[in-house]
Amino acid sequence: MLDNPVKKPLVKVRDLKMHFPIYSGFFQRHTGNVKAVDGVSFDVFEGETLGLVGESGCGKSTCGRAVLRLYDITTGSIEIDGKEIGATPQADLRPIRPTMQMVFQDPQASLNPRMTVQSIIQEPLDEHTKLSQKEKQEKVWELMDAVGLNRRFAGRYPHAFSGGQRQRIGIARALALNPKFIVCDEPIAALDVSIQAQVVNLLEDLQEKYGLTYLFISHDLSMVRHIATRVAVMYLGKIVELAPREALYASPQHPYTEALLSAVPEPDPSLESRADRIILQGDVPSPSKPPKGCNFCTRCPKVMDICKETEPEFKEVKPGHFAACHLLDKS
Amino acid sequence: MLGVVGESGSGKSVTMMSLLGLLPSPPADVHSGTVTFDGKDLLKVDPETLRTIRGRKIGFIFQDPMTSLNPVFNVGYQIMEPLRVHMGMDKKAAEARAQELLELVGIPDAKRRLKDYPHQFSGGMRQRVMIAIALACDPQVLIADEPTTALDVTIQAQILELMKDLRQKLGMAVIWITHDLGVIAGIADRVMVMYGGQIVEHAPVKELFRNPKHPYTKALLKTVPSVRGARVRRLTTIEGQPPILGAQPTSCPFRDRCSEPLTVCASKNPPRYEVGNGHDVACFHADALETAHAG
Ligand SMILES: Nc1ncnc2c1ncn2[C@@H]1O[C@H](COP(=O)(O)OP(=O)(O)OP(=O)(O)O)[C@@H](O)[C@H]1O
Ligand SMILES: Nc1ncnc2c1ncn2[C@@H]1O[C@H](COP(=O)(O)OP(=O)(O)OP(=O)(O)O)[C@@H](O)[C@H]1O
Ligand SMILES: [Mg+2]
Ligand SMILES: [Mg+2]
Repeated sequence: MLDNPVKKPLVKVRDLKMHFPIYSGFFQRHTGNVKAVDGVSFDVFEGETLGLVGESGCGKSTCGRAVLRLYDITTGSIEIDGKEIGATPQADLRPIRPTMQMVFQDPQASLNPRMTVQSIIQEPLDEHTKLSQKEKQEKVWELMDAVGLNRRFAGRYPHAFSGGQRQRIGIARALALNPKFIVCDEPIAALDVSIQAQVVNLLEDLQEKYGLTYLFISHDLSMVRHIATRVAVMYLGKIVELAPREALYASPQHPYTEALLSAVPEPDPSLESRADRIILQGDVPSPSKPPKGCNFCTRCPKVMDICKETEPEFKEVKPGHFAACHLLDKS
Repeated sequence: MLGVVGESGSGKSVTMMSLLGLLPSPPADVHSGTVTFDGKDLLKVDPETLRTIRGRKIGFIFQDPMTSLNPVFNVGYQIMEPLRVHMGMDKKAAEARAQELLELVGIPDAKRRLKDYPHQFSGGMRQRVMIAIALACDPQVLIADEPTTALDVTIQAQILELMKDLRQKLGMAVIWITHDLGVIAGIADRVMVMYGGQIVEHAPVKELFRNPKHPYTKALLKTVPSVRGARVRRLTTIEGQPPILGAQPTSCPFRDRCSEPLTVCASKNPPRYEVGNGHDVACFHADALETAHAG
């Protein structure tokens, strides 16, 4: 991944696997694994935004959480800012937690319903800084302004906010400790377009100001195209394509990426029902029983015999452009 | 199908919940108005009738799946419960139907997943479980509050197809709350735009996109980035913050952020003006249009 040799990777992930055990039957025996993330490798360069896109359930959130070690991972190596943390015990991770933060997909599940917005945003400051109460108050207000929450809401509880407002509380909280690396798990999915644009602009401003690095998980391809420097496409626990933004959108190499790009709805009813839309047929296989060969072979419009036998290798097909597909073998 | 769009915090969810008497009262208090369903005013019927209507005739998809799915019951139980209560199915029939519903919303390995708990599902899968529950009893009306925000485009397209299909087969009416104008463009017949707790514009879908009248709607249409065409360096936003919903408004709620405010906007809240083609808009700029239209 040498598309930008001056930049050094802040995050290096190699062959990361996260399998969840399945227990079944009367004795709850361990009968299989949900291979939510099944061997992914990528770098995130300092100051860039790596977009991570893919279908619902393909393992994006699990991947993001595993990189931050919110799980004890199955195997693989994760290096953040020069430190290998793949196998570090949870207790030893505490001192480096402030440098890496996460904005969660489900705002409701990540906000304590018994705490006011003030105390939710302030909590990380209490835990990891020695600011005075007055300074903390200032910081909380600053953060609330930054994410577009009215200061007058500081004393309210999460339930009294709309879905989008709750998401902004989570973003403010993640920003509190001036982290270096933020995993944004669908940070804007719950927001309407104008607030989405505000939050994306905000994330970009903060990135410029503090040199932040983002892993930006999203299914919104138009938003990813806007914010990401490079984009990784995931399918059923694996990365199938990774490329600089322009290259990915202009000439996708993997049939799955092609299908994904063709399915984006147009915000204009007269353009709807375009003919070039590729609708994928067939069911998404379960991550507990991935198909033999290429994971995408059950739904691929260009499937060949070899795809059902051998797993394609993830390799560089053009400078900086990686993909895993047998179609690319021939050329 | 009616699409409801509007900014975050504009009152879309609260409006829909009040329709069904779902807000705890106090503190919430529905001040006035009527909600008619099948000739009955839902704000006046007794709680018992309301409960059956809610369970059987109206399907509801909540915005936040984690709050509306119960974490201590497995997903299968939660889909089967309404089937057994409202449709009188036995355990076996309900189980078969539950599996069918999960397959319908595109969850792989549906039979096994019935035994899983909500935290074992991905964000988008939880949302699809909610859709399955809402569709369980073949409702006449489906109210969907941001039902596809967590779904990628391919699955979203699949759900939208499913909706179109069900509307045709069952004659189901759908109210679709969203902030995604792309989705609205694809499936709605009519669109209602909300701002600051009020309806500011209402029109057939093509008319709205071709001919937006309210400055808020115009701004909203400009904020959408695209996968095609040139990439803009910075996204357009609507300047300023959304209003805090409090007392009855005495001025136009969008005034402070409006690109073309008039003096009258500060002293009066605009009524909804008819501008033709089944299109109405709450903006004083439309006042002139209405007179022109009438004359
Ligand atoms: N704690 C868990 N136990 C068992 N299985 C899990 C657990 N968490 C996630 N999974 C499974 O792992 C797979 C990937 O889930 P993940 O949440 O990473 O998907 P995702 O790509 O984020 O999808 P979405 O876009 O819908 O949020 C899913 O099949 C999910 O059911
Ligand atoms: N229980 C409550 N108590 C007090 N205020 C509330 C309560 N629930 C919602 N509100 C307020 O009502 C307003 C409208 O909220 P609503 O949930 O309807 O927004 P929405 O249009 O659905 O937004 P979103 O797109 O973010 O979901 C918000 O300003 C919110 O803060
Ligand atoms: Mg997710
Ligand atoms: Mg809402």
